Amino acid sequence: MKKIYEKPVITKVETGFMNKFGESPLYHRKIRKDIDGVSIEELVSRFGSPLFVISEKQLRNKYRTIYNAFASRYPNVQFGWSYKTNYLKAVCAVLHQEGALAEVVSGFEYEKARKLGIEGKDIIFNGPHKKLEDLEIAIREGAKIHIDHFDEILDVEKIAERLGKTVKVAIRLNMDAGIKPQWSRFGFNLETGQALDAVKRIAQSSWLILNGLHAHIGTFILDPNAYAKEVEKMVKFAYEVEDNFGFKIEYIDIGGGIPSKNKLKGTYLPPDISVPPIDDYAEKITEALYSNLRPGDFPKLILETGRAIVDEAEYLITTVFASKRLPDGRKAYICDAGVNLLFTAFWYKFNVEIDREVYGVNEPSVLYGPLCMNIDIIDDGILLPPLERGTRLIFSPVGAYNNTQWMQFIEYRPNVVMIMEDRTVEVVREKEDLTDIERRERLPEKLKLL
Amino acid sequence: MGRLNQLAINDEGFIFDPLTGESFTVNRTGLFIIKKLKENKSEEEILEDMLNEFNVSKDIAEKDLIDFIQKLKSYGLV
Ligand SMILES: Cc1ncc(COP(=O)(O)O)c(C=O)c1O
Repeated sequence: MKKIYEKPVITKVETGFMNKFGESPLYHRKIRKDIDGVSIEELVSRFGSPLFVISEKQLRNKYRTIYNAFASRYPNVQFGWSYKTNYLKAVCAVLHQEGALAEVVSGFEYEKARKLGIEGKDIIFNGPHKKLEDLEIAIREGAKIHIDHFDEILDVEKIAERLGKTVKVAIRLNMDAGIKPQWSRFGFNLETGQALDAVKRIAQSSWLILNGLHAHIGTFILDPNAYAKEVEKMVKFAYEVEDNFGFKIEYIDIGGGIPSKNKLKGTYLPPDISVPPIDDYAEKITEALYSNLRPGDFPKLILETGRAIVDEAEYLITTVFASKRLPDGRKAYICDAGVNLLFTAFWYKFNVEIDREVYGVNEPSVLYGPLCMNIDIIDDGILLPPLERGTRLIFSPVGAYNNTQWMQFIEYRPNVVMIMEDRTVEVVREKEDLTDIERRERLPEKLKLL
Repeated sequence: MGRLNQLAINDEGFIFDPLTGESFTVNRTGLFIIKKLKENKSEEEILEDMLNEFNVSKDIAEKDLIDFIQKLKSYGLV
């Protein structure tokens, strides 16, 4: 009888053979056969590959865990869902059901929130580019306007005057919270006195009332102390404003930036070790509130947490389409999804799971996407056993910034499904076809070939 | 045959190169191919041997053999 076949593999034995967790890296692999109890095979046979899969259950759980970390420590907490992180309607709707406001940064995102049924008063309008017509609609509908620059103070004032309506506004601050690089291009700088100048200008206006402060100090912030610094500076500034200008700062919006359990490229430690638990952030932030707020004063704490809520609730299933050997000896796999769908591959090293048991020793491998582009690399150094064509790889976490920053480049964008809490599967964004791409194109008469 | 003939190879698939001090591990199929290469067999002959020895289709075996030999080349072993 013939022997069972296993693909031939040879691996060089390096010193430091065992990794620090004591298992041989030659046989370590991660297998995932289902998501929320629905098998990978069923998902792909029904909805094709590649396929984005969102878990309703994990999304809600994550929201609740993060919200409760704050709400159990401070009596006045509100979350605003950062649309740019993932503005698929189904994702936004889940988070609105959970109680989040909409945090938008453009007329387009504002329109999206309104169309989904969110009232103006429940929308936070951030961003440096609020077109006058968008700003006017937002002001008329009572949205929370977070002013980014002096031109915008004047814009809001003019619109308010024209509408004959006093408008409550907040200003965005930027500051040194110990985060490098410092995000100084948005809002008014605290340390140089620019923020105070903005408040003075607002105080001079008979149409504007300052009732909130906003900041967003960066993204994927691994040090909870940065938030403590931010909160301390914001609360102190709030009291300076209240004491000198007679405004009441009703809310302090500290923005987003809390990391997800994803692995930044070039870092060694797994995210379970390098990313502090959410309770550390909640503890530092509320501690800073209590040690700087005056007794009995509990302004609303708003958070615009994006990636930490949605990233881990979404997966991308891909299929190995072909393999080849690179001149340097590494194995390369061509997958049916690349940086066109995974924009965040430029800075994340994803968790890669295989849909089946595979025999054989791991070897250094590279995962390429389908694009005819040199930059289309999802992972340029991963230990994988020899994979047969047709094997599915599951990348995660992919919920943040991919469904908004993906590109229609060379390939169509695939189905996005949501596994509902009852394990039924719903398509929440249908895969594209040529009509989606060409709908806006016009071919001049004399160029028509048919 | 390059360095292949100088290598110490045991039946567990552990390979040691006494000249460079490098060591390698191979799995059963890899070991099978390396032994055939040491016998100076051609790729066609090795493929034939693989098909007789293992339960595998010609398509897969052929692709894997070419791939494996390229990998040996990258280590400077053939
Ligand atoms: C103003 C604002 N709020 C919230 C977020 C969400 O950030 P994150 O996903 O890092 O939580 C961003 C992202 O850039 C932002 O610019």
